[in-house]
Amino acid sequence: MLRFLLNRLGQSVVLLLIVTVITFFLINLAPGGPASTMRMEASPEERQAMIEKLGLDQPIYVRYIDWITHAVQGDLGISFTSSEPVIQRISERLPYTIELTVFTIVISVIVGILLGVLSAIKRGKAQDHIINFMSVIGLSVPAFWLGLMLILLFSITLGWLPSSGVGSRGADFDLWGWISHLILPVLILTTTVLPNIVRFTRSSMLEVISQNYIRTVRAKGAKESIVLYVHALRNALIPVVTIIGVLIPRLLSGAVITEAIFGWTGIGTLIIEAARGRDYPLVMGVTVMITIVVVVCNLFVDLVYSRIDPRVKNV
Amino acid sequence: MDKILEVKSLVTGYQGKEGFVRAVDGVSFDINRGETICIVGESGSGKSVTSMSIMRLVEYENGRIIDGEIKFNGEELTTKNTEEMRRIRGSKISMIFQEPLTALNPVFTIGKQISEAILFHHSLGKKEAWQRAEELVRLVGISDPQARLKQYPHELSGGMRQRVMIAIALASEPDLLIADEPTTALDVTIEAQILELLRKLRQERNMSILLITHDIGVAAEMADRIIIMYAGKVMEIANTKDIFDQPFHPYSKGLLESVPKMNGERGVPLKSIKGSIPSLNEIPSGCRFSPRCPFATDKCHTEEPLLEMRGDRQVACWHVDYLIENNLLQIEEEGGVSIEF
Repeated sequence: MLRFLLNRLGQSVVLLLIVTVITFFLINLAPGGPASTMRMEASPEERQAMIEKLGLDQPIYVRYIDWITHAVQGDLGISFTSSEPVIQRISERLPYTIELTVFTIVISVIVGILLGVLSAIKRGKAQDHIINFMSVIGLSVPAFWLGLMLILLFSITLGWLPSSGVGSRGADFDLWGWISHLILPVLILTTTVLPNIVRFTRSSMLEVISQNYIRTVRAKGAKESIVLYVHALRNALIPVVTIIGVLIPRLLSGAVITEAIFGWTGIGTLIIEAARGRDYPLVMGVTVMITIVVVVCNLFVDLVYSRIDPRVKNV
Repeated sequence: MDKILEVKSLVTGYQGKEGFVRAVDGVSFDINRGETICIVGESGSGKSVTSMSIMRLVEYENGRIIDGEIKFNGEELTTKNTEEMRRIRGSKISMIFQEPLTALNPVFTIGKQISEAILFHHSLGKKEAWQRAEELVRLVGISDPQARLKQYPHELSGGMRQRVMIAIALASEPDLLIADEPTTALDVTIEAQILELLRKLRQERNMSILLITHDIGVAAEMADRIIIMYAGKVMEIANTKDIFDQPFHPYSKGLLESVPKMNGERGVPLKSIKGSIPSLNEIPSGCRFSPRCPFATDKCHTEEPLLEMRGDRQVACWHVDYLIENNLLQIEEEGGVSIEF
């Protein structure tokens, strides 16, 4: 167990290094820079002063080494755009994105597995066709378009749900206000991952149902519910757990678009602000943070995997 | 004699793209209490479908029983509903399968899979069921039962897994055990052990066994009577000793001749039956074996022979009298097939 974890930790460090190098060089080589985001009438001298103040006159590898030496000590620098520490800006925004993604993943996993199993059991029947059709729609409709349509319907025409914002927090927190702000963004984000889980569960379940051991369970005199929900489902979930691990990065990138549409002040909007403002330290900080989340989620999936499949012996 | 199972004119098949195909077409036989019957035939002869029909498991695999009777202890099985049938499966009739490597659920322990089989049919506590599972595991000859029960299928060998399957099958002391090619996937020494175990259990419990096999050698060792099936039909039913002394059907003869002999000459190729079993879509007219039969006449190609009594045996062949009179069904070698009884 310890050995496995250490091994994975080592891999993660290497991965993080590669991601930071690529991101750092890409963002710095992109045209424009913090100076180009200054007000129009700024003189060339003022711009040069800005560049020197931020240390951008140094060669790129010097700046990377400088950044990484601070980063490994837990110092992600000061944001160019707000002069606050990057860590502080991220930690202000992170809880909102966690809210969004946790709700989405919980709903998608539960509903996705239920629909996938139903679809498999009713193969070829009406329920299966309806579920399949909805999945294809969910997969093919772009999130930004669907988001705008839902705002049009529920916020503008019907006036039931707010079109943007995160609701009021802290002292004047109210439950409905919170939930009503969550519904649409979670719905949009769900459409990006749920159909994958449905389709994966369905095919996995269909494969398992035709296995010899399912016949054995029936030959033992098991009720059909035990055959399907104990013996078949437990096996069918093994590959589904893997796909959930793969879907987490997709969920995070989906969050960028969704947050932008609904003015949800999470990490997604933060990364857009950072990129627009050429806020290099902030871009790097968010990238590091997202990479860590993805790595941790994948590790978690691997641990779950070895719990539900006794043949997996990595732990 | 006390009949435990009577199968009459059973027709079972599958809905295919080109219409309904009959994998079992009018099969009749019976099994006495405490008797071991072997159904022998090539792949595709309908022997597994017959056993799956008795268990009423065909309907879970897109099959359907469309005609015939299956009487078990005098009760008709074909008209039972799902719940009634579930209560019989695993308690009065049990089944073990061909592939012990894939027949056990990989994600549950052996103990769970055995005790579960007990709990499906008895109202016991989990602990009592586990103890009973331990006894069963010991009964089928697995050492260190306590440790084994906590293991997963992938931690056991093929032979061990088949023993576990037998333990599961015995969970509720069945009257009839159906064993569908139980030793096909195992090597010969393990095969001998499993067959020995089945023999011992049958004697101790006065249980009937329906053994499905393509290996006539296994049948010779185990069976009181043998049923020879071909392309969904019964060709011959006879006592084991009789069939080895003198087969009454050309197909039986072909099967017997294809067994390697202990005293056979080196370098002489084994005899085989020419051609292959017809697919269910292209069942030949007349006798189904006629295209491969060396003695077939025009009548064989056009009219289908019925399974008829001849003394205490049954055979479906137009020319059985002629073939016997002219010694055409003798196995060509002195002493017949050298299988010891």
